[in-house]
Amino acid sequence: MMTDLALIRDAVARVADPEIPVVSIADLGILRDISLGADGVLQVTITPTYSGCPAMDAIRSDIADACERCGAGEVEVRTVLSPPWTTDWITDDGRRKLREFGIAPPGRSAAAPGRRAVPLALSVRCPRCGSPDTRQLSEFGSTACKALHACNACLEPFDYFKAI
Amino acid sequence: MTEQPALASYALRLGDDALILSQRLSEWISRAPQLEEDVAMANIALDLLGQARTLLTYAGEVEGMGRSEDDLAYFRDDRQYRNLHMVELENGDFAQTIARQLAFSSYQLEMYLALRRSRDETLAGVAGKAVKEVTYHRDHATQWTLRLGDGTEESRRRMQAGIERVWPYVDEMFRSDPLEQALAADGLAVDARELRPGWDEYVGAVLRQATLTRPQTRTAPGGGRQGLHTEQLGYLLGEMQYLARSHPYSRW
Repeated sequence: MMTDLALIRDAVARVADPEIPVVSIADLGILRDISLGADGVLQVTITPTYSGCPAMDAIRSDIADACERCGAGEVEVRTVLSPPWTTDWITDDGRRKLREFGIAPPGRSAAAPGRRAVPLALSVRCPRCGSPDTRQLSEFGSTACKALHACNACLEPFDYFKAI
Repeated sequence: MTEQPALASYALRLGDDALILSQRLSEWISRAPQLEEDVAMANIALDLLGQARTLLTYAGEVEGMGRSEDDLAYFRDDRQYRNLHMVELENGDFAQTIARQLAFSSYQLEMYLALRRSRDETLAGVAGKAVKEVTYHRDHATQWTLRLGDGTEESRRRMQAGIERVWPYVDEMFRSDPLEQALAADGLAVDARELRPGWDEYVGAVLRQATLTRPQTRTAPGGGRQGLHTEQLGYLLGEMQYLARSHPYSRW
């Protein structure tokens, strides 16, 4: 049974994010816990990046599929809101994959929520040419979790994973 | 147990605010002055929709009548909606939309910051997440208010007009009633009256910096929390609910 659970854990951890398929739900910190309940039901706990993240339904069904492929029995996917997701949960491996995909990974220390926005001293590095000479075009990007930036050196626009 | 109906009503109020403003902001998609603003409005609307979905689902659960988020969103008439008038107002021009965003997101941020301390796990959880999102919404509105207010003669005129248009609806955001006060006394809800000083300080500072004048206007009568709405809400619901009511409970 232990081997089975390890196998299932591994399969669930490798479920790809539907919108950024180069990273897994484990890389992003969306996957919070996998455990086998006393009743034999597998409990998978996930948390959304943003309240309205439209990828959650796809993630839930992809987790169920992954479990089924491993021969898991009954699976319950629970969504929790607390503690709220933070980009600090994105793994180092996840950050590297994002960068290679052309998305600048978030800075480490997320701005304290609720305070007045403080301009960040550290610039966002261009994921294509590595230049720190970049500018923000919009705080909102192609998905809820990203902002739109552009590089002044190579002139390419790119997505930045917002630090929250 | 006696608190359940009040708690359901409270969750419904917060959920309705988020849902109606989400629908309003969606009207900007493909019509905003810049492509980046189409994207920004859609993102803000999506955050609000996410908050609304959790709050309406929770309101239905606590109510215990078997109503889902879809039942509450699509199969209630305007008299059963409990949102503030501020969020149902028509968008007006871009400056007026920004004025509403500044007023409402500043209120909503203060509210969610306080609601994080609720003894109710779900409300505290929604608030903890939403604080991060609404911080961005308020910052977006602030940046545009500064840019338009302290911009050209025309942009300043429009920004001031936008502020004047939404100002009569500000007071309603900070009204409280016995239902809210009782829940607040039990550590479940936030008494909206306590949010006013923080709001005044923040919005006042932004208006000053944007060289705009704080309006001296009368207060609109309000009544959104009791189900009394302006004519505009009916049109909004007509569009939002049309498909669901034409094809009830269809799935695709």
